[in-house]
Amino acid sequence: MTGPASSAPSLLVRGLRKRYADVVAVDGLDLEIRAGECFGLLGPNGAGKTTTIEICEGLTEPDEGEVLVLGRRWGEHDRELRELLGISLQETQFSEKLTVEETVRLFRSFYRQGPSADEVIGTVQLQEKRAGRVGQLSGGQRQRLALACALVGDPALLFLDEPTTGLDPQSRRQLWDLIERFKADGRAILLTTHYMEEAERLCDQVAIVDHGRQIALGTPRELVASLSAEHVVEFAASPGVPVSEDGLRQVDGVEAAVRRDDTYRVRVAELHRTVPALLAELRRQGVQLTELRTHSATLEDVFVELTGRHLRDQ
Amino acid sequence: MTNETRRLRDHPLVQLTLVRYREFFREPEAVFWVFVFPVLLTAGLGIAFRNQAPERTPVAVVERGAASASVVEALARSPDLLASALPEAAAADALRTGRVALVVVPGAASDTAEYRFDSERPESRIARLLVDDALQRAAGRRDPIGVADRRVSEPGSRYVDFVVPGLLGMNLMGSGIWGLGFAIVDARRKKLLKRLIATPMSRVQFLASFVLSRLTLLVIEVAVLVGFAVLAFGVPLRGSVASLVIICLLSALSFAALGLLLASRARTVEGVSGLMNLVMLPMWIFSGVFFSASRFPDALQPFIQALPLTAVNDALRASMLEGAGWARLAPEIGIIGAWLLLSFALAVRLFRWR
Ligand SMILES: Nc1ncnc2c1ncn2[C@@H]1O[C@H](COP(=O)(O)OP(=O)(O)OP(=O)(O)O)[C@@H](O)[C@H]1O
Ligand SMILES: [Mg+2]
Repeated sequence: MTGPASSAPSLLVRGLRKRYADVVAVDGLDLEIRAGECFGLLGPNGAGKTTTIEICEGLTEPDEGEVLVLGRRWGEHDRELRELLGISLQETQFSEKLTVEETVRLFRSFYRQGPSADEVIGTVQLQEKRAGRVGQLSGGQRQRLALACALVGDPALLFLDEPTTGLDPQSRRQLWDLIERFKADGRAILLTTHYMEEAERLCDQVAIVDHGRQIALGTPRELVASLSAEHVVEFAASPGVPVSEDGLRQVDGVEAAVRRDDTYRVRVAELHRTVPALLAELRRQGVQLTELRTHSATLEDVFVELTGRHLRDQ
Repeated sequence: MTNETRRLRDHPLVQLTLVRYREFFREPEAVFWVFVFPVLLTAGLGIAFRNQAPERTPVAVVERGAASASVVEALARSPDLLASALPEAAAADALRTGRVALVVVPGAASDTAEYRFDSERPESRIARLLVDDALQRAAGRRDPIGVADRRVSEPGSRYVDFVVPGLLGMNLMGSGIWGLGFAIVDARRKKLLKRLIATPMSRVQFLASFVLSRLTLLVIEVAVLVGFAVLAFGVPLRGSVASLVIICLLSALSFAALGLLLASRARTVEGVSGLMNLVMLPMWIFSGVFFSASRFPDALQPFIQALPLTAVNDALRASMLEGAGWARLAPEIGIIGAWLLLSFALAVRLFRWR
């Protein structure tokens, strides 16, 4: 049921709902993750990602909906499921007084099978810190320890809640490699992240959620293509002369224009036609440019467009 | 390492129990409070309250010419008194500040005197008897009965003998309640409990690791304190070692269960500390650690006797000092056992893993 040849989804979620006293954290969510696939759950803070993931992990009871993990249901095959899942919670502090090796060994002891503690420590590249106390690890090293503890049971399905928050670029790339290898083994991953380039790079499927509801689903490429304008022009203007956003929107070929402090972000379909017109308009308004950049639209642009918020500024 | 020992070491229960030891021994403060502090306290109390030859009781005589000189002379003949002549104001001052136990004011006639003292102070009442005795004898009183004094000091009746079982009981309570309470609430606060139950870890083994580690640490705890008391102060162990072991085991389990109960819901270390102090404070006061619980009014006794620490202290004293057998210990053991069952059943019902 967990092999790569199997066609049953590794995780199937239908009509999931979870209400807390004053908020609806998850409001009718559907997910489907296949073996060998990395699924990215994106959304602004408080969108309900952690709640969703913890319901799938069997740590939180849903109010409504169906969750099928590796073909099994919580409440029926719990012990078996626990052996098959690898979990990294958004915020776990391991005991500061233990060493890295002692912590990994403890977690390894709970599973019937899996790689040795030493192997896992090597996988997350914490060999140098093996004998070091957890209390003395840096934030990124702690993240890697959490990952090691998620891998000790040789899981068929991995739940990673913001695994790369706080990692340096090197460590992030190492984690990406690890996930690639994990996928290649025919296993599945449910991942949440606030880094769009990471989702774009790693995820086969991406769901963007907000207020507990799914607002977009597809491969990163499909989502970017769904924007009618695939280029973004960003510029900064010297303060003093106000830029009229309406004026910008009137320029031929401009799809959308948003302002953030002194930076403006304009989405356009065709750079070679619209940029000259845009510059002419700015000159007309008497605006002094201090910066001008263009890039192809990314998942981040999709995200900002859909959620109306800028992720990392939250 | 052989395969067999490696497999044993990698057993989850062994790993969980090792974690408990590591967390304990890597926290120097905890080691100090559990092992060193009770020994220091025993040493301090044993030395402060050691039985010693009674000191001379200081008394003052108000200076009134020749009369006071003869009174001082008469008092000086008593081996238990230390008399000095002082002007009236100075004598009153010395009495008020406790430097003397009693002031003698010689009367106008040579065969009268006045004793000034505070009848609330035990040493003043004793001084009154000693001074009167000395003066009456000096004036020629003859005692109709001839008596001889012989002083005895019996192990088992000294303060240190009384206080050591109390300290042992207090230590069992503290390390049981604190040991479990803090560790569990801290793990809950860090979301570590939640992370653990996301693994195939057996919850029973998790709790069992606390019990196992408590029981092994208990052996060291008891051996260190009792060993020190026996070697340094000759505190007696009149009961069987088996009864002492059973009482300690049962008490440790009972307090551990109480710790588990107190930690079953709390989310912050501050919250559980408050709760633990609330539960332990009455027992520190009422359960006869430093002085006998029988000093409290009768109306309070049913409540005091029902407290687990009272039962533990009474059982330890009965075993160590009186050599009591199982029949004598049965009621206390019953109370401790009832606390164990009640706390554990409630804790299991209330416990939250997240
Ligand atoms: N135990 C709880 N009790 C009450 N409300 C909760 C609880 N857990 C989550 N919520 C609420 O549910 C909503 C969704 O929270 P959730 O943690 O799932 O968000 P998230 O998408 O993971 O956010 P982030 O990106 O910040 O991690 C939030 O509004 C949060 O306040
Ligand atoms: Mg979250």
